[in-house]
Amino acid sequence: MDKTLPDLATAVAGIRDDMTVMIGGFGGSGAPIELIHALIDRFVATGHPRGLTVVNNNAGNGHVGLAALIEAGMVAKLICSFPRSADPVVFTERYLAGKIELELVPQGTLAERIRAGGAGIPAFYTPTSYGTDLAKGKPVEVFEGRAYVQERWLKADCALIKAHLGDRLGNLTYRMAARNFNPLMCMAAATTIVQVSRIVAPGEIDPEAVITPGIFVQGVVEVPDPAQEEDLNRAGARYPLVAA
Amino acid sequence: MKLSPAQMAWRAAQDITDGAYVNLGIGFPEMVAKFQPPGREAIFHTENGILGFGEAPPAGAEDWDLINAGKKAVTLKPGTAFFHHADSFAMVRGGHLDVAILGAYEVAETGDLANWSTGPKGVPAVGGAMDLVHGARRVAVMTDHVTKDGKPKLLERCTLPLTGVGCVTRVYSSHAVIDIVGGRFVLREKLPSLSHDALQSMTGAVLHLDGPVADLVVPDL
Repeated sequence: MDKTLPDLATAVAGIRDDMTVMIGGFGGSGAPIELIHALIDRFVATGHPRGLTVVNNNAGNGHVGLAALIEAGMVAKLICSFPRSADPVVFTERYLAGKIELELVPQGTLAERIRAGGAGIPAFYTPTSYGTDLAKGKPVEVFEGRAYVQERWLKADCALIKAHLGDRLGNLTYRMAARNFNPLMCMAAATTIVQVSRIVAPGEIDPEAVITPGIFVQGVVEVPDPAQEEDLNRAGARYPLVAA
Repeated sequence: MKLSPAQMAWRAAQDITDGAYVNLGIGFPEMVAKFQPPGREAIFHTENGILGFGEAPPAGAEDWDLINAGKKAVTLKPGTAFFHHADSFAMVRGGHLDVAILGAYEVAETGDLANWSTGPKGVPAVGGAMDLVHGARRVAVMTDHVTKDGKPKLLERCTLPLTGVGCVTRVYSSHAVIDIVGGRFVLREKLPSLSHDALQSMTGAVLHLDGPVADLVVPDL
């Protein structure tokens, strides 16, 4: 078994029009910038994929990563909890112009819907959002005297993930708070593609330290020294790097 | 005269007991961490998967894999723990947090909170607020007593979209400390320079009394 992939272009080759794609990260931490940019490269070269539904906590910042994916016109719908950032202009303009659909989900509900999708639980009840606009149209039930809102699982065709170490079996570790949604999304996608800072031999990751077991991972590509969204934004970066 | 955000944060910090697990909302509530009384150790939780983080690093020393829910850089401390988002919100909804301190647009005497949407215009964003109001054992709000144009923020009923129903138990305002008990605002502390009538006139619901009202006295900060 060898889940390692030779390059980023190969890693994103299976993503097609109208797919639902989960993208890991919270803000810039844990965001798979290089995988996203490889997907944009394919769109620039071929016009595909487009019409994507993207699941992420946020809606991008600046003009790199997820913001660049939206700016390229590849995203039809975003499912997220907090579509604001230091520089949210790309999403905000498209949203206010009616060019992108938004499904706003409370952050803990978003996490649990993804977890449920990966765990084979089609629906669950949460106290979150009861009595608010975000619970409208959803079934409510009372358990032990308290009202709870039914929420449904969330699954994806593909997940793009950033991890720290990975092996050919797909076992992963994450770096500090870059973990966030990444392990959940690994579970919830039919195909999970991971960029890791370093591919190591099986056994080099202490079994006690594995955060995502390889069963949840289909592809691993090495990206040494990955870019951080905050650093790119501070440098005023844009993707793709087109001449004006 | 009114309390600054730092002074409100100081007052809120005095109620955090030793050993408490605490989530501080993005913005002014984050300042509460700076005013922990000596000898008390609170453990701070952030939605993106850290317990027990430290203060902001000096400029230039940021590690962007080590941030809080406001996307600001924080630091490691001995005993810091990382976890994924589902575990993070299990801590929230599962009742494991002792205190959450949030900002507010409006608070009702029923304990309803509105702090995520100012109406249908613009881009809506909710983040973790709707989860936090149903998780922590004590949900407190830190807010100016009135809006920028002088309108009450403490009301009989919220007019803006709700974050949660019947969830707030204490308000640290720029002028007073008010508990919410049985669907009523109960005044606990007020600025000594302010009469009860003056405070009542700035408040959109009846301020009830349940025992003596203490002077709200805070240091210059």
